[in-house]
Amino acid sequence: MTRVIYAKHEAGQGSLRTYVSGFILSIILTLTAFAFVYLHVHSEHGTFSHHLLIPLIVVLAVAQLFVQLRFFLHVGRESKPRWNLMALIFAVIVVLIVVIGSLWIMSNLNYRMMSSPQLINKYLKSQGDL
Amino acid sequence: MSDPEAESKALTGFWIYLMTDCVLFASLFATFAVLRNNTYGGPGGDELFSLPFVLTETLILLTSSFTCGLGMLSARMGSKKQVLFWFALTFLLGVAFLGLELSEFHRLAAEGNNWRRSGFLSAFFTLVSTHGLHITAGLLWMAVMMYKTARRGLTTGNVRKLTMLSLFWHFLDVVWIFIFSIVYLIGAL
Repeated sequence: MTRVIYAKHEAGQGSLRTYVSGFILSIILTLTAFAFVYLHVHSEHGTFSHHLLIPLIVVLAVAQLFVQLRFFLHVGRESKPRWNLMALIFAVIVVLIVVIGSLWIMSNLNYRMMSSPQLINKYLKSQGDL
Repeated sequence: MSDPEAESKALTGFWIYLMTDCVLFASLFATFAVLRNNTYGGPGGDELFSLPFVLTETLILLTSSFTCGLGMLSARMGSKKQVLFWFALTFLLGVAFLGLELSEFHRLAAEGNNWRRSGFLSAFFTLVSTHGLHITAGLLWMAVMMYKTARRGLTTGNVRKLTMLSLFWHFLDVVWIFIFSIVYLIGAL
């Protein structure tokens, strides 16, 4: 009896169709990102500039994140109140603050510390002690 | 723990654990992103990684995530035989993934590019092996759950734990997408 209730309760969560579509979409997104990088590395002059390729790869990864959250982890399909979704949103905010914040602070630090060897040598020479 | 409300509370608790694990991985990703170019005169990602090799790893883990989902479908339909089949397949794919990862670590270390070589490699090994440790824990858990399912069948408790295990496994696949994209693909540019 309990298993019947449980099965009903979870029934809205996933079906063969959602798993298959999630799987196919994930493979397509993975291969697309791979193909862009592979072609770029193996062509003589490169295909696109890094300024274009890096955001493109990140966007494809985030797209796959959404695909898997939706089709494999069934986010957004729970009944209200949506505690799982709220915990996820909170985690995403923390993740973004940690990652973007670290990159921002460290690149700013590098800039101010003139961390490239040429710049440091130039600075030392300008001090006249060498 | 037989009523649906208690079940859903238990799953939410496990979900919150997964979200804290996200934060752990985020700090390791941030460390890697900051130290990415600090190679200390050593080789960078473009010289070290083999893209087809990493693609193989990625597709194996993705397939195991899919077979794990099919295992959960069978669990909800109450077919013990199918559950054991799909989870055994997931287990084998997981072992194959872990084997490939360890062989890559071995190759890098044998070439003298271990975690002591540079800041970039320290960050790389910390991030990727933390994921590998999670995979190892997931495999152990999966072995235990297959044993319990084989012995006692698909009881409510077993199905609940299998659901948590599948959430854990899908989560590790999501983390790997970012390792694949940020560490390997962007690193190869």
